[in-house]
Amino acid sequence: MNAIALSTEHISKHFDHFVAVDHVSFSVRRGEIYGLLGPNGAGKTTTIRMLLGLLTPTSGKGAVLGFDIVKQAEAIRQRVGYVSQKFSLYPDLTVAENFNFYGGVYGVSRAALAERRADIFRTIGLSGQDQERVSALAGGSRQRLALACALAHEPELLFLDEPTAGVDPISRRGLWDLLYALAARGASVLVTTHYMDEAENCHRLAFIYRGRLVAEGTPQEMKTQQMVAQVVEIDCEPLDAALTVLRAARWFDEVALYGALIHAIGQNVAEKISPARALLQSKGVAVKSAQVILPSLEDVFIARLRSVDVDDPISE
Amino acid sequence: MNSRLLSIIRKEFIHILRDPRTLAIMFIIPIVELFLLGYAVTTDIRHLNTVVFDADRTPQSRQLVEAYRASDYFAIARYAQSEDEIAVLLDSGAIRAGIIIPAGYGDNLARGAVAQVAVLIDGSDPTVASTAFAASQSVGQAQSIKIVTQRLGVDVTRLGGIEIRPRVWYNPELRSANYMVPAVIGIILQFLTTLFTALTIVREREQGTIEQLVVTPIKSWELVVGKVVPYIAIAFFDLLEVLVLGTFWFGVPIRGSIPLLLGLSVLFLLASLGMGLFVSSVARSQLEAMFLAFLTMLPSIFIGGFLFPLEAMPGWLQAISYLVPLRYLLVIIRGIMLKGVGLGAFGDQVLALLILGPFIMFGASRRFRKSLE
Repeated sequence: MNAIALSTEHISKHFDHFVAVDHVSFSVRRGEIYGLLGPNGAGKTTTIRMLLGLLTPTSGKGAVLGFDIVKQAEAIRQRVGYVSQKFSLYPDLTVAENFNFYGGVYGVSRAALAERRADIFRTIGLSGQDQERVSALAGGSRQRLALACALAHEPELLFLDEPTAGVDPISRRGLWDLLYALAARGASVLVTTHYMDEAENCHRLAFIYRGRLVAEGTPQEMKTQQMVAQVVEIDCEPLDAALTVLRAARWFDEVALYGALIHAIGQNVAEKISPARALLQSKGVAVKSAQVILPSLEDVFIARLRSVDVDDPISE
Repeated sequence: MNSRLLSIIRKEFIHILRDPRTLAIMFIIPIVELFLLGYAVTTDIRHLNTVVFDADRTPQSRQLVEAYRASDYFAIARYAQSEDEIAVLLDSGAIRAGIIIPAGYGDNLARGAVAQVAVLIDGSDPTVASTAFAASQSVGQAQSIKIVTQRLGVDVTRLGGIEIRPRVWYNPELRSANYMVPAVIGIILQFLTTLFTALTIVREREQGTIEQLVVTPIKSWELVVGKVVPYIAIAFFDLLEVLVLGTFWFGVPIRGSIPLLLGLSVLFLLASLGMGLFVSSVARSQLEAMFLAFLTMLPSIFIGGFLFPLEAMPGWLQAISYLVPLRYLLVIIRGIMLKGVGLGAFGDQVLALLILGPFIMFGASRRFRKSLE
């Protein structure tokens, strides 16, 4: 069996003069959860729509489960599951009816559907809700049902477009547990998100920005290899005075609040720690700790996007 | 049968059953429409409110008034004391016709001279007026012949001449219901299929579920067929409903073959489903779909030969009416029900539907497929 579930080679999509996706190449292995991380409008959804055969690429090529995305879209659609940004369910149908409908359009028999329904609903936490109307379901349950519907035909590859937008943290956790279980069984998942904490859950991920793939790797690789700048985390009080002082000193490229801490980002930060500590204390700020840390994915992401904008400013 | 299609049909039936109000409306529309059109749209003009100004007051004048009353066309509502009073009554709309018998009417007749009588008719409604016009003349002529016969002592109709004996076929009593009820079937078929096809597809778009459907292996024809099959079933149920009510309540005859009627209706449905599909590809909301569906109904109602005879229309409008599929169905339905004729009589209509239906369907499908992208 092919170890690659999905791959693209320099795939691009132009809308008139707007380049939505610009020479994106990446691949997803079997059993892998792959994240596409990027701000809204970066080209994530357009990429997925091309992979599903809903949009024809302007150039480049791609294959999903060994099928060409342009010529064999039907074979692809039969084998993949897709959950779009909106949870597309029928509100006047019951939970079971929605599931049976989606399973039926993939040609799954009624008997097999009944069995799978019980199985999937148990895993996903929808047991006992079969006869409830979707209109009466809470947001988290709807999202779980949307996922269950996409799994009714046991797809080998699952596309999730912003699956956790507007979903509470507990449901989100449950969703990820389910994705790991799927991946463990050999299914692959391509998930788009703009939540950084969620991106950390992916086996591998890619940053998409302005239609381009600007970085790729495991979350760990992203944090250790993608970052030219370093981060100093400062625990001090009062925070607002410390921010003002550090920004005025202009020793760091960026000084930002990070919860109850301050992140100062820049080059050669190690040697700036003691002067900064001294400066802060001279201005009456009590510094509890200051140390170089591994950057968060968010730090890496922001820094990477900055450098793209610096190298290639948006003309207008 | 293919499981994708079955799944869609099943789902669509659930949608319909879950919405009992819409379901009720679908079954009540035909009944309301049938009763409105069966009773209200009637061209049988009888018992027009009539006022009489009899300035003569002789037995002869009373005889004439009695002849008008007996004709059933004129109901003598009151007697006026002057011509001016008649004018006031006509102006107010309280009466539709006035009969003025001048003083000296009886004397003139007795002398063997021509006696003149004026009949005033409110012409604001041309249909009413033309009936009143013709009736006033025929009543007057009949009365005239009677008077001449009495004077001569000979039956003038025995003296030779022409006697016209009109015989009305198919609808001898000239009942409007016989004309309207079959047409209601056509209107119902078109209305239900066009409107509900458009609505059901636009609803999917509004809900965002169509985006989900296009990434499934469902083919666009399966989606369309699956979604409209339940509505076709309902349309046929309504058709039978109208047939039963039309026959037992309105006494409209069904002289021809019902299977033929159903079969040719299916041919027509291709066109009206196509229109619904077209509307669904244009409309962005269910409200818009509803307006557009009504818009497609207008030409059918007004130049499809539903209410107004095609022959009376200007040539250019008649030319346009050839594009209205309902036009052909109405000829077929009226032909089967009232005349009892068979397929052989509808060669032109069947051919026209065979061309129009697939043409509309093909165009609409293309647009629909584009709208999915």
